[in-house]
Amino acid sequence: MSAPALDIDAVLADRAVQVMVCCGAGGVGKTTTSAALALRAAERHGRRVVVLTIDPARRLAQSLGLAELDNSPRPVVGVEAAGEGRLDAMMLDMKRTFDEVISAHASPEKAEQIFANPFYQALSTSFAGTQEYMAMEKLGQLRARASGARAGQGWDLIVVDTPPSRSALDFLDAPQRLGSFLDGRLIRVLTAPARVGGRAYLKVVSAAVGSATGVMTKVLGAQVLRDLQTFVAALDTVFGSFRARAERTYEMLQQPGTAFLVIAAPEADALREASYFVERLRDERMPLAGLVLNRVHRSAASHLGAERAAAAAEELDDAEDPPSLTVGLLRVHADLMRRHRREQALASRFTGAHPDVAVAEVDALAEDVHDLSGLREIGERLAG
Amino acid sequence: MVSGKGGTGKTTVAAALALALAAGGRRVLLCEVEGRQGIAQLFDVPQLPYAEQRIAVASGGGEVWALAIEPKAALLEYLELFYHLGRAGKVLERLGAIDFATTIAPGLRDVLLIGKVYEATRRREGTAPRYDAVVLDAPPTGRIGQVLNVNEEVAGLARVGPIRNQAGSIMNLLRSSATAVHLVTVLEEMPVQETCDALAELHRIGLPVGSIVVNMMREPLLAPAELAQATRGKLPVTRVVAGLEAAGMGRRSGHGTETATARTARLRATAQALIAEGVQHARRVALEREQRAVLEGLGRPVVELPALAEGIDLGALYDLAERLRAQGPA
Ligand SMILES: Nc1ncnc2c1ncn2[C@@H]1O[C@H](COP(=O)(O)OP(=O)(O)OP(=O)(O)O)[C@@H](O)[C@H]1O
Ligand SMILES: Nc1ncnc2c1ncn2[C@@H]1O[C@H](COP(=O)(O)OP(=O)(O)OP(=O)(O)O)[C@@H](O)[C@H]1O
Ligand SMILES: [Mg+2]
Ligand SMILES: [Mg+2]
Repeated sequence: MSAPALDIDAVLADRAVQVMVCCGAGGVGKTTTSAALALRAAERHGRRVVVLTIDPARRLAQSLGLAELDNSPRPVVGVEAAGEGRLDAMMLDMKRTFDEVISAHASPEKAEQIFANPFYQALSTSFAGTQEYMAMEKLGQLRARASGARAGQGWDLIVVDTPPSRSALDFLDAPQRLGSFLDGRLIRVLTAPARVGGRAYLKVVSAAVGSATGVMTKVLGAQVLRDLQTFVAALDTVFGSFRARAERTYEMLQQPGTAFLVIAAPEADALREASYFVERLRDERMPLAGLVLNRVHRSAASHLGAERAAAAAEELDDAEDPPSLTVGLLRVHADLMRRHRREQALASRFTGAHPDVAVAEVDALAEDVHDLSGLREIGERLAG
Repeated sequence: MVSGKGGTGKTTVAAALALALAAGGRRVLLCEVEGRQGIAQLFDVPQLPYAEQRIAVASGGGEVWALAIEPKAALLEYLELFYHLGRAGKVLERLGAIDFATTIAPGLRDVLLIGKVYEATRRREGTAPRYDAVVLDAPPTGRIGQVLNVNEEVAGLARVGPIRNQAGSIMNLLRSSATAVHLVTVLEEMPVQETCDALAELHRIGLPVGSIVVNMMREPLLAPAELAQATRGKLPVTRVVAGLEAAGMGRRSGHGTETATARTARLRATAQALIAEGVQHARRVALEREQRAVLEGLGRPVVELPALAEGIDLGALYDLAERLRAQGPA
């Protein structure tokens, strides 16, 4: 079964599309695709684009002018923009974004208190989910800036890369998880005395809390517990509910004007992830533009099948004065055709399950992509 | 410990290493800590509980046992061990304190996970150690330094008390010659770069690096001279056409007749396509050479494992184990 073709240029040219989000399993090419899309939108479609990248490979970051991480968009040098088009790029600094959120909502003293707290350090640097949450925060900020700008200024397209994670779904789930974690039971218990003056407790609850805090004090030390309590109380007064905040950003993604692209490598795991993600988008009524099948292998001599090429190589190899070059080339070709066949089988299994999802295939280039010309080449192939 | 960039083959290599170490009648524990049940999938057994169980045998009565270490269970076990908690443990769990502690307390999670590995290395049966070796399918290189630097991690958390002491003992074992951190990579730019970064970081922390395992190696399919020609874009079309003729490609596979000109054009087109593929192949081989040279420059033993065409099953693991034994790290 063959999938409808994904017309990337039509998506990029559509001014109604204001946010594009590239999701997918780890290492499939999300960052590369986001950068290539953003570049093409600026160069071919005259869009004013900002691309939010996350953890780009070092050399790609350099060619986008992102050598330093300053958490704000900078114009990319070397872009041959069409008409009004422009390209700004930025790299997400998770810790800094978190700090900015705190500073924006807390008094200076309270902010200082939070920053100094070891629990904040852990939450803002290594909690699984913070990166996703902050990517969404940043997207919200960029969007506010874009719509606040005067006509003809600012950006009209935001391209968003998503954090490296095993599962594509993490981008949608992690912010909620962080939210409900921070709104969780223990936090409520620890902060409740501050809220209600400590009187509304049932005896049994306070006994349980008493014994629980007792144990935690023993294991971790009294200082740790005090840190925890101040942290929780400070965050709580600053934010109200983290969960509500995550939900608001989530709703933003459901609005028309957002287009999701799912990136997958032609491998079983990546395509399984892509499948889950596509189903999830449908359930949540989030707009899917299509699937990018990245790093596919194909041949200009596809009439020569793997078996025939391999058999011919064997036969020649047995000949008396074997023409070794052709033997080698036939073996290279046989490998490529086997791979092509495997990949196509996986792709058609995906399309069988999701017949309406449009697909764009991008060839595997021989070398890594780390400059604008590499990104242009990816862009060409994305456009088919 | 077996680390490496995601997807390079950490779990596969860790399992092969465990099999290799078990050969000749030894007992080995293979652990994972990321809650992904990678070991169970690899050995094609049901999900592993938080309990050690035997999953494979090796020559001379050797045994591989497996354990999926889970931070919440490890914390409860730990609290029970040191504080005989009983009911209070349940309360902690119901309040979400266990979740909270293992999720957010800086470093606590890693100390618990590595702490369990440490405990397994120390466990004795009578006078003999329970396990001759413990292999950890460790977190990827991006996090490995942080995870193994348990001392540093708990510094902000606990200054005194059992956790602090525990961290100290773990660190002593990790820094000793009883430990080796093997780094798995494939011959591509990003994984090799991560390997270099991880090596530097492990050195900084004072953790002993074992071998660099180059996984999924593929042999070049062209001779050295041809590779060189290909990179220079100089593969002779006429020779390939002649080769295709010799291989019987001159005959058309379908029916019908073909003029001599059409036939030549067809063979040339095929030859050109094959040459283009040969050039790509040569570029990949050249890139792999470069990456290989970078790894050689790191001053650690380099071990090679081939890409097995049929994928990884139990038989393949024994094959890889044999190759690891032959090359040293086990
Ligand atoms: N079509 C392609 N051909 C060749 N190399 C590619 C292609 N697409 C991506 N790459 C390379 O693959 C590597 C991974 O790509 P990229 O960083 O974009 O993936 P990612 O999905 O963002 O990964 P992560 O999940 O780690 O963020 C990079 O080295 C990139 O240059
Ligand atoms: N030598 C090999 N030959 C063929 N296939 C291999 C080889 N080593 C690993 N693989 C395959 O590569 C894939 C990744 O391997 P594995 O799961 O061991 O990697 P990993 O580093 O543990 O990945 P993750 O980062 O997801 O935990 C698996 O499908 C595995 O079967
Ligand atoms: Mg990325
Ligand atoms: Mg693994």
